[in-house]
Amino acid sequence: MADTETTTATRPTRGAEQGSVEAGLDALEVPATSRPPLRQTVVHKILPPLIAVALVLVVWQALISLKIVDDPAKLPSPADVGREFENAWLEGRLLGYIWTSVSRGLLGFLLALAIGTPLGLLVARVKFVRAAVKPVLSGLQSLPSVAWVPPAVIWLGLDNSMMYAVILLGAVPSIAGGLVSGIDQVPPLFLRAGRTMGATGLRGAWHIVLPAALPGYLAGLKQGWAFSWRSLMAAEIIASSPDLGIGLGALLENGRNASSMAMVFEAILLILFVGVAVDLLVFSPLERRVLRGRGLLVKG
Amino acid sequence: MATTYAKAEKAARAAQAAEAAEAAEAAETGSASESADAGRYAARLRHVSKSFAGPGGEQLVLDDIDLDVAPGEFVTLLGASGCGKSTLLNLVAGLDRPSAGSLTTDGRPALMFQEHALFPWLTAGKNIELALRLRGVPASERRARVEELLALVRLHGAYGKRVHELSGGMRQRVAMARALAQDSRLLLMDEPFAALDAITRDTLHDELTRIWQETGLSVLFVTHNVREAVRLAQRVVLLSSRPGRVAREWTVDIPQPRRVEDAPVAELSLQITEVLRGEIRRHG
Repeated sequence: MADTETTTATRPTRGAEQGSVEAGLDALEVPATSRPPLRQTVVHKILPPLIAVALVLVVWQALISLKIVDDPAKLPSPADVGREFENAWLEGRLLGYIWTSVSRGLLGFLLALAIGTPLGLLVARVKFVRAAVKPVLSGLQSLPSVAWVPPAVIWLGLDNSMMYAVILLGAVPSIAGGLVSGIDQVPPLFLRAGRTMGATGLRGAWHIVLPAALPGYLAGLKQGWAFSWRSLMAAEIIASSPDLGIGLGALLENGRNASSMAMVFEAILLILFVGVAVDLLVFSPLERRVLRGRGLLVKG
Repeated sequence: MATTYAKAEKAARAAQAAEAAEAAEAAETGSASESADAGRYAARLRHVSKSFAGPGGEQLVLDDIDLDVAPGEFVTLLGASGCGKSTLLNLVAGLDRPSAGSLTTDGRPALMFQEHALFPWLTAGKNIELALRLRGVPASERRARVEELLALVRLHGAYGKRVHELSGGMRQRVAMARALAQDSRLLLMDEPFAALDAITRDTLHDELTRIWQETGLSVLFVTHNVREAVRLAQRVVLLSSRPGRVAREWTVDIPQPRRVEDAPVAELSLQITEVLRGEIRRHG
């Protein structure tokens, strides 16, 4: 008797009780996510690289001031390089140098994107194409694209098309390769889940495979940009012609010819700056956004 | 919102059940057709076998399985590892084809996995919405339907949450809502709660029982946990291992809601465990 009484006493309230247990579990088990405060971002992310740059400048200046390197033709002082920047800016040449190279680099990169993406899809999805092309792609990825400059000059002559050819040969394999590995790494579970929901064929590719492969694709784009920029600089340094205008690579080469180490330094710093800036302004935020959305970004 | 949905669903199921009863009558008079058959069973397996090419030649995984799941019935498939439970579920889900035998289901079943299998690039709500979109629900109706389904699994306000922001139990409830969004008559579940802690699993058992009763779905639930099988099912089917065959069946008459600690549940579990142990011992 006592037994049945307890059961009838507890059973009717169970629905409500269970709902609240569940709500409690939900509240307890949801991981707390909050963005770090601004001050912490400044201290942990922005300050360290600034300190590193300052240290390099101090060492550089010390080498000059202490006369450890005493030949301006080998190592110009930071002030000399600064003056070179100032002159280029005041004469309105600085932005021209940057724009000549950046416009080439970005256009080449967009071309590489337009070619590399469908190529990656084909390699990932069509067995025959994969067997035929994938080894070539991996091989091309390890071939420094400077190697293409001499044949490109001979085939296409000294003009912009030769620059684009070299960029494409450097960037397309990275972009296509990134997409292929992104697609290869899509968890089979997602494909099964998609198929039970009716996402097969093109709908499966659009709703499941492509979004799942996005992180790999983005990594490929990032590397593709780095390769584009490198290939372009190599091409500009080796192949200079008055018709091509003065980009950053040509600026470096001009500095060497004029024995102006300050100009060479100016060019190197600009090449470095553009490469880092495009990565910081375009690719890193894009990648972070995608990874954070998926909970894949490890805080550190 | 949730209750109206459940009621509408219930009415639809009742109509279906009436149809099924008619079909049953028709079958008795000897005029059963294939389509009537489809309404009478959520799933029907006859002499289903499955073998895979293994290192030592053909390997028989499932051998001559006969299994019916009636509309609105909750069946658990129980067995030790290697009994081909997951293979069987893949066959019913249409992800794989049987080597021999016939298999019919009433429409395309929905499938829930041990892992939540939610897409991390979509929010919880968008995951559910994708299932609606893929079966052609118009865009204007989707949002309201998603909110109904979220309410059904008691996740009000989780629409915009990312998958990684949810706990394990919440993820499985979103996965359940996504499976329900497919509007299938049969829900297949492949050890969906095996990776959860005991308390969460307990609450999800209650949720599943409630949702099953509210929607009138048929459920085919695979597990290796005997108490879980008895806690949930109307009928427990035990598979033997290597190859998988139907070894025995139990009808569970204990009224819901049950708990795994209830005496009748524990008693039947003990009895089934004994038989299961015997099955395993044969391989020793």
